[in-house]
Amino acid sequence: MSLRWVAEWLGTTAGSIALHESVYGYPLLESVHVWGLALFVGMIAIIDLRLTGAVLRQVPVSEVTRRLLPLAIGAFSVMVCSGLLLFYAIPVRTYHSVWFRGKLILLALSGLNGWVFHVNVWRRVADWDRDPIPPRAARAAGVLSLLLWTSIIFSGRLIAYNWFDCDLQPQPGFINWAAGCVIESD
Amino acid sequence: MLLPFFEWCEGTMIGAGIRDSVWLFPVIESLHLLAFAMIGGVVLLVDFRLFGLGLTREPVAEVGRAVQPWLLASLSVMVVTGVLLFLSEAVKCYSSNPFWVKIAALFLAILFTFTVRRKVVTADEARVGPFWSKLVALISLVLWGTVAWAGRWIGFSA
Repeated sequence: MSLRWVAEWLGTTAGSIALHESVYGYPLLESVHVWGLALFVGMIAIIDLRLTGAVLRQVPVSEVTRRLLPLAIGAFSVMVCSGLLLFYAIPVRTYHSVWFRGKLILLALSGLNGWVFHVNVWRRVADWDRDPIPPRAARAAGVLSLLLWTSIIFSGRLIAYNWFDCDLQPQPGFINWAAGCVIESD
Repeated sequence: MLLPFFEWCEGTMIGAGIRDSVWLFPVIESLHLLAFAMIGGVVLLVDFRLFGLGLTREPVAEVGRAVQPWLLASLSVMVVTGVLLFLSEAVKCYSSNPFWVKIAALFLAILFTFTVRRKVVTADEARVGPFWSKLVALISLVLWGTVAWAGRWIGFSA
């Protein structure tokens, strides 16, 4: 049983078809995803900018994270739920989308960046909590996070475009490999 | 009455250039979305603060002042990328209900943000009182939320 099989099976379920064909349901879901984006990436961006020393310099870093992370985490759950439903509505095409696959990798990298930050420079936050401009490692984590979320927004938006879809052949070999296209030879 | 103007917009070199390119529209669209995330963040930060959420240890005026440059910068990017997107499909926008809802909500949102909300954010908190602070935050959230929602629906209108 492959992931492709799971995507194909999902696409045959009544809920997926109903969502895919709905006049209001799908656009509404997209709107929820966009609303969640403003709250989630907005809060993350403010935390990242504080880490780089670009905003709220007089507020301790731990105060910014303690107050804004719960909001970001709440919004993240909205993003994940609406995102899963968006996938559920168009599973096979999305599974083969290079943008979607790239987005998942970028999301993982973003999580990795957060983890590295957490187990390293964050451990000594008491030493630099009130610094207007945090130490280099914290600034680097902030900049990297901003870059990653920017790329995630781009790759997410571009899923809608079909330039690299499997049914638009010929495609470069790399694209067919990255998208996992099954090319039937005749 | 406005249709000739919209047709002229669509016929401009910029509009045609974006339409003729495969990747320009999606890239501008993504930039528009990126600036939207930023504007959403700074608007929400201040609105949440007015609600008594988020950075409650800092005075409202302090939070408002800190993010003001980011509000102006992201709003500028929004407007520039938004106008570019519009030029490439002005005639479609003319007949799109979500487009007109968005423009109306955007006009009100900008007007409200830079008049009433700005006054409340910069005023002495004790003088404004929690009721008015929350009402202003709610109106701001509804207006900007409508801009985002209607904006997304332009893409779904034929």
